[in-house]
Amino acid sequence: MVTGLINENPIIYPKKERRVRTDSSNTDELAAEPIDQLEIFDILSLDIKDPEHPYSLEELKVITEDSVEVDDETSHVRVTFTPTMEHCSMATIIGLCVRVKLMRSLPPRYKIDIRVAPGSHATEDALNKQLNDKERVAAALENPNLVEMVDECLLPSDE
Amino acid sequence: MELMDTNLGLVEVQKLEGHTDRVWSVAWNPAGDGVLASCSGDQAVRIWEQSELSRSWTCKAVLEDVHTRTVRSCAWSPSGKLLATSSFDGTTCVWQNFDSTDPEGMKAKSKVYHGMHLVHCLQHACGKDKSVWIWEILPKNKFDCAAVLSGHRQDVKMVQWHPTMDVLFSCSYDNTIKVWLSEDEYDGYNCVQTLSESNNGHSSTVWAISFNAAGDRMVTCSDDLIVKI
Repeated sequence: MVTGLINENPIIYPKKERRVRTDSSNTDELAAEPIDQLEIFDILSLDIKDPEHPYSLEELKVITEDSVEVDDETSHVRVTFTPTMEHCSMATIIGLCVRVKLMRSLPPRYKIDIRVAPGSHATEDALNKQLNDKERVAAALENPNLVEMVDECLLPSDE
Repeated sequence: MELMDTNLGLVEVQKLEGHTDRVWSVAWNPAGDGVLASCSGDQAVRIWEQSELSRSWTCKAVLEDVHTRTVRSCAWSPSGKLLATSSFDGTTCVWQNFDSTDPEGMKAKSKVYHGMHLVHCLQHACGKDKSVWIWEILPKNKFDCAAVLSGHRQDVKMVQWHPTMDVLFSCSYDNTIKVWLSEDEYDGYNCVQTLSESNNGHSSTVWAISFNAAGDRMVTCSDDLIVKI
């Protein structure tokens, strides 16, 4: 394990005030209404914390509302995240956490694409390819060490 | 699939339930007779049979407790008597149906260990260790590794024999398709051609290869969202 942190001094951003939703039913069966951008952003921002610091991805501006592109009719979601540093080696873990969180929260019909924001990482293409290779992801999720790291980043979501 | 008069469409005939995790692959038994194998992330392989009378499918056997990780693919031998399954646990198992009238008699005949992670198909195996292994079946249920082919620079996703010629094709995360053949009996298999982006190949991971029955057309599909023939 690396002893020094990748990012010693992360910049923390204030949490966004939540818009009041008329139909506040995040926990309702998602089949009832089409899933939209805000809903997915809520799922991701509240419950994933950065692997190195006790802050959420939203607070570190790794993901924002605009990071999420969703089309409920085609069951497709794409999340673009911005690692805090260009050489961030935690990027694969963060990508995996986002994917796992979405897999656990969305109906199985959804196709999930994860990528890093263009220009935000030194090995962007290789990273994107790896994050979306279904075999590599499946094999990674069978690795107990990785699963442990991912579970630590994802707070228990029993709401 | 039912053909509906003049409309060609895909109609779901039946949903086969039983696996408890993603099903990665299915394979029809080439000997016909309505037998299908499926393999899954639940580490098991299921054999399904179609009843002659009712035309409905039931699960005849569950091959489990052998693979210790996701079973990635399965393939029948041309005779339909053997089934090979490969898994992320780095092994390939060959199963034989001991009683031809009772498919529940499938037992693992032998287990072959290979490199790391993914292994594939009867008589050939490919894997995350970037190599392709060719296995020969010998009498008395023994397997011998006939060749190890290196050349791909990343995981090999799939291998496929040409239907009529003794030529092997492999495709990989390195975006290329490689063609292997053995020039003569004493020489090993060599890569005689690599199809990459520069000669009309794909620009991302090539996931699968398949041939038509005649063997004069090959189709490949890739992460670059293109299917090529």
